[in-house]
Amino acid sequence: MLTSFVSDYVRYVLKGGTKFYAWMGSLAVLILGMLYVFYLQNTDGLIVTGMTSQIHDGLYFANLVFLVGVAAGAVTIVFPAYAYHHEGMHKVAVLGEMLAITAVIMVMMFVFAHMGRPDRLWHMVPPWGIYSFSSMLGWDVMVLNGYLILNIVCGFYYLWCKYTGNPLNKKWFMPVVWIAIVWALSIHTVTAFLISTMPARPMWFHSMMPIRFITTAFAAGPALIILIFLIVRKNTKFWVDDSAIKLLTTIVTWCLGIAIFLTLSEVVVELYARTEHANGLYYLMFGLHGLTKLVPWFWSAIVLMIGAFILFLIPSFRNDFTKLPIACAMAFAGIWIEKGMGLIVPGFIPTPIGEVTEYYPSFVEVMMTLGIWAFGFFILTILLKGAIGILLGDIKFGDSKTVAAAAK
Amino acid sequence: MTLSNTSLADPTREQSSECPVQPASADPSTAVLKTSRRDFLKTGGMLSMSSLMGTAALMTQSDDAHAAVEWAEHFQKNYRLMTDKEKDEARLRLEKRYSFEYGKQVSVDTTEAQPGVLMGYALNIRKCIGCRRCVHACVAENNQSRGKQRAGEKIEWIQVLRMERGKFDQEKMNHGYPEGLGIQVGGNAYTPAGQVLEGQYHYNPEKVPEEDANYMPIACMQCEKPPCVKVCPVRTTYREPDGVVVIDYNWCIGCRMCMGACPYWARRINVTNPVLPKEEMNPVTHYLGNRPRMRGVVEKCHWCLQRSRHNRYPACVEVCPVGARKFGNLLDPESEVSLILQRKNVFRLKAELNTFPKFFYFYD
Repeated sequence: MLTSFVSDYVRYVLKGGTKFYAWMGSLAVLILGMLYVFYLQNTDGLIVTGMTSQIHDGLYFANLVFLVGVAAGAVTIVFPAYAYHHEGMHKVAVLGEMLAITAVIMVMMFVFAHMGRPDRLWHMVPPWGIYSFSSMLGWDVMVLNGYLILNIVCGFYYLWCKYTGNPLNKKWFMPVVWIAIVWALSIHTVTAFLISTMPARPMWFHSMMPIRFITTAFAAGPALIILIFLIVRKNTKFWVDDSAIKLLTTIVTWCLGIAIFLTLSEVVVELYARTEHANGLYYLMFGLHGLTKLVPWFWSAIVLMIGAFILFLIPSFRNDFTKLPIACAMAFAGIWIEKGMGLIVPGFIPTPIGEVTEYYPSFVEVMMTLGIWAFGFFILTILLKGAIGILLGDIKFGDSKTVAAAAK
Repeated sequence: MTLSNTSLADPTREQSSECPVQPASADPSTAVLKTSRRDFLKTGGMLSMSSLMGTAALMTQSDDAHAAVEWAEHFQKNYRLMTDKEKDEARLRLEKRYSFEYGKQVSVDTTEAQPGVLMGYALNIRKCIGCRRCVHACVAENNQSRGKQRAGEKIEWIQVLRMERGKFDQEKMNHGYPEGLGIQVGGNAYTPAGQVLEGQYHYNPEKVPEEDANYMPIACMQCEKPPCVKVCPVRTTYREPDGVVVIDYNWCIGCRMCMGACPYWARRINVTNPVLPKEEMNPVTHYLGNRPRMRGVVEKCHWCLQRSRHNRYPACVEVCPVGARKFGNLLDPESEVSLILQRKNVFRLKAELNTFPKFFYFYD
């Protein structure tokens, strides 16, 4: 039964039209590029990136932090589906789990890209390595792996039941779903602790960081999910209910609103007193000692986030599903900048001994980042296509004619 | 120098890696080798595998063994968890590899912390003239990367910060201007004065000391409560019993959390394969100290363990032309550092962060 599940799934996923193969092919090209720069980085070293001893976390770490948020954001589907029994959401909950799986895998790839010695990552894994309970990075790795397993279990058990036609065994399924929901909060909280527990970096050292991470995650995650749902509606026979998209829009709007509020609060608190601890934020907003590379990033993020928020508030705009993607893309991009480069890099400027230097990603970093995102979309396409096939009943046990339906 | 209870310096040690047995510890209870058959069997499969491979490679006594030696190095344990036997094997492996790579006899010391020793450091900032001889001596002694081609190839552990001497000006008195929303700011605001961490170390004067500058050298503070150790996910950086915070370069995964956590910017990442010319390589090394590092790992000052564990001053102390740097045993009331702590006004940098450095600054 399991072998037939796997073979049906694979056969269904592999079948597709030109559009599908063109999409997967172009992603594969970017993935090959990523492998090449990964090779460069692990022969010549991190010197091929823009990172230095002064600014040693860059684009990789920024994407890592952001994608943990996307993974956690999947809970905005699962929670309404199971806690509020939202009909539209319940239908698509498994798609959210597929997105979470993808995002966590991407996070792990960014971890590999970030490390100076990826060949030694087994040092973190007992019994061969050492697990350190005092290290936030250790905790982060643990909760991320736990989240990955929980989502694989929930998502694929659900699909398996749909495939075989057996009813879900709710005795253990529901507790696992609830654990996964709480766990989603934990992954992003721990990621926030990762950087907010360092008094050496005053820009990050405040207790607002976890809630800011969660609100931005619950804005960026569902914004991406809305985009994916609209694409799914357009390109497959699977119909995502309007009610699901509308609820997600509401979630995005108010999480984005809170995120903007928190950002502005930080600006007021830091710049009113304008101590040396505010230098990082000042660098981000206006530049410091004539170095201004990140200033356009910050202001474009602000414009994108506030612009998206206003657009979301206009009923005629948010209810028009041809216009909605614009606001979602703006919110997604704005948060990617604000929480990525805009948060990580200024933490290192100036250094703890007052040196002001700059960082800008090199070609290798850009290529690696593009490649990992391409890989993410690659597996997301596969996972969504398989899941939708099962939800539609195209893949069914004992039904060997796998119907060709080109996703995307 | 006044390290007490230390008479283990072995004068024949420096160039004699023919002699594989080194004083492992001054504490007899830890020095006993436990190599019963049961203990041997208890070690994990992977680890005994690595020891076997290493031993096999060493027995062949040829340069071809180089590759095998390096391979075994990939599977060794965290240094702190190694048995004395494994430490010895790791040491021999490294000595063989380094000797091969640098074309000279290299010794890797594994001397442990001496009981009754807590190392401490004091720096007289009044005396420092900013000559940076300490920086250069440190680079030469500790086998830092010294390439000139690309920025990341140059690593210096000590930074000498140059800070402008404050000068308040009668003429500026009326320059007070409304800033921002019309808030009054005094004319001499923004005049630097005193020791602040807003200095710069890329200064290049004709001669030092400059009239309008103070200097403040800074390096690893060897904190008693080191934030870098707390954040390490693999516990490769830790505090040794004699107070020095060290790194097992072979266990470091290069995640750079420790660099983010350090409030003194003491740590550096080897962003590429270190540039260390054969003829400049210092062959007298310590496992936790100045042995050559590899790409992708973090390194920092360790108070020259290869010297200080053998009753010698760190290179920076030895070279300082004005005697601004003092080093010794904090547990010995007669040592120079202890006397400075008793008699001078000392301060620790960023004391509010509760890192409790054992590096003290003082004035005359």
